[in-house]
Amino acid sequence: MTELAVNDRQAANDASADRLSMQQALNRALRTVLTDDPDTLVFGEDVGRLGGVFRVTDGLQREFGARRVFDTPLAESGIVGLAVGLAMNGWRPVPELQFDGFAYPAVDQIVNQMARMHYRSRGAFRMPITLRVPSFGGIQAPEHHGESLEALFAHLPGVKVVAPSDPQDAYGLLLRAVRDDDPVIYMEPKARYWERHPVEPVADTAPAGTSRVVRAGRHATLVTWGSMVHRCRRAAELAAEDGVDVEVLDLRWLKPIDAQGVAAAVRRTRRAVVVHEAPLTAGLGAEVSALITERAFSELAAPVERVTGFDVPYPAGPLEQQYLPTVDRILLALQRTLEGQS
Amino acid sequence: MPTHEPSGPPPPVDAGTLPADVARSLYRDMLTARHLDGEAIALQRQGVFPAYVSLRGQEAAQVASAAALDGDNDFAFPTYREMGAAVSLGVDMVGYLASHRALWHGGLYNPRASGFAPINAVVGGPVPHAVGWALGEQLRGGSGCALSYFGDGASSEGDIHEAMNMAGVLACPVVFFCQNNRWALSVPVENQVAGGSVAGRASGYGIAGETVDGNDAAQVYHATRAALHRARNGGGPTVIEALTYRLEPHSTSDDTSRYREVAEERSWEEHDPIPRMRDGLLAAGHLDDTTAARTEDEARERAARARDGVAAAAPPDGRDLFTHVYREPTEELGRQQRIWQEEVA
Repeated sequence: MTELAVNDRQAANDASADRLSMQQALNRALRTVLTDDPDTLVFGEDVGRLGGVFRVTDGLQREFGARRVFDTPLAESGIVGLAVGLAMNGWRPVPELQFDGFAYPAVDQIVNQMARMHYRSRGAFRMPITLRVPSFGGIQAPEHHGESLEALFAHLPGVKVVAPSDPQDAYGLLLRAVRDDDPVIYMEPKARYWERHPVEPVADTAPAGTSRVVRAGRHATLVTWGSMVHRCRRAAELAAEDGVDVEVLDLRWLKPIDAQGVAAAVRRTRRAVVVHEAPLTAGLGAEVSALITERAFSELAAPVERVTGFDVPYPAGPLEQQYLPTVDRILLALQRTLEGQS
Repeated sequence: MPTHEPSGPPPPVDAGTLPADVARSLYRDMLTARHLDGEAIALQRQGVFPAYVSLRGQEAAQVASAAALDGDNDFAFPTYREMGAAVSLGVDMVGYLASHRALWHGGLYNPRASGFAPINAVVGGPVPHAVGWALGEQLRGGSGCALSYFGDGASSEGDIHEAMNMAGVLACPVVFFCQNNRWALSVPVENQVAGGSVAGRASGYGIAGETVDGNDAAQVYHATRAALHRARNGGGPTVIEALTYRLEPHSTSDDTSRYREVAEERSWEEHDPIPRMRDGLLAAGHLDDTTAARTEDEARERAARARDGVAAAAPPDGRDLFTHVYREPTEELGRQQRIWQEEVA
């Protein structure tokens, strides 16, 4: 199920493709799913008249009416609980939690209810919920507005987790997530909301758990996702100036993880560095590192490196760039792995 | 507003206000629930059930509220002590009791066919689901209402407040049915519910609220019917607080002697909803000694059948570990299933 389409953005560069920001691409994807399926509902805090704090739902209430796109009270647990009940009654809910840190108040409904209802009911109730969560840091936001919850979400049986890294994936994967009959937590990298790229209005038809090589390389692989993909590409470009050919693998699906794709990348380059902005300990980097060891140990030329946020609460604005993996730290890790040192 | 503590002799159930067939079926279902409860406690004592949560004393509140539902269009959301409601709704009781035998956490009955959601052990958890379900019905233009069961202890959970507030704002067809059974495990209601009334909170959410004698099946039935009627006709949600009493411990692992007085239990036994219903039925002429005996036999037989069924039920197939996790299975789970097949099964 690995998709090694190195130039799969080529089509998007056609003159026919619109240049859209990720936020606009998401908006267009929501418009598509609302148009295609009358059972789809978009709701959450401020998603109606305001169009969401990031304007991802801009204009949708005007176009589809307050029956399909509506504001809820400020109650995260209630929003996810509402989605569970709506799904039990045959709807396809696409709720929004306004910011990552405010997913914590909804954890019971996410963990004990949304993730388990299909299992608990032995398949009697589908849970085709796409829970949109603006995620990750990098925008100097207040406390609780820059968290990386992927390890928590990916740990949950019964949910799938996806994080796009550019507008095309944001569009295609949102369509893919909404059409999935299982609950998908959709982590939007808010630091990438405003960057414009050509976007083709096509759904991602690959199975859940499909990664993407966003840059081919021979010497080492950076495995990353979400907002860190851009930074890893930058590191790869700088490494190329020194003649080091670095591959960048965008995991995209954080549950299920593309274990085969990751292992295949390691077989190609024999060196791997996992980059994420969540804290190190028990982060998803540990999972990726473990699966590389399990599946491609004999092909590794150096220990798997991790470049992550530190094990500290997400810091305030002035310290943010000291917390997030920098291009320099990524390059240092690449250097260590190329020298075969741990 | 009625007070919680029983005072004086129990007032008769005015069964004459009920159609005779409804009255008799309420009585039969209450008896069935009572017998099933006894059988379940016995199965726990015999080691067949690892644990059990009794509903003894709450039969009127559960059976009569569920009987008010339109079985074809409405949907009930239980926690884990609503066996009487399950009996009333015609849920497959072997499948229901399978949860207490720990064969499957949510029960082995079909919740969609039953209109009775899977058993849920997070006591506030299903309450927002009822609101979501009701909203879904409203959006579709259907006539169905959701009935959400929870207790006085659950009423302290944040989800209940979020759910009631949402229901108030969205004006959706849901009835919040609180069985205030006086004790949240070992904590009495006065240490659980600030202000002393769950129904009293309803006005703060802009919705109707009322308190009923939860041991009076006729009162419960009429109040629930009225609330459902209002909801069905666009009148919005209602909180019904049924004042009742849990005669048994919280669960078979609990020891009531550590936290409540025997005198209190005795005074509530005098208000047992089942003899009260029987007296009311006799007084209304809905029942005579012959039919009473026949109803008793019928309830005992139904309970015995469910008991035998659940005691003999086979555990689910091991493959079910994996089957129901996702609608569209993931490759990784398939890999783990192969490991299970080779190393465990």
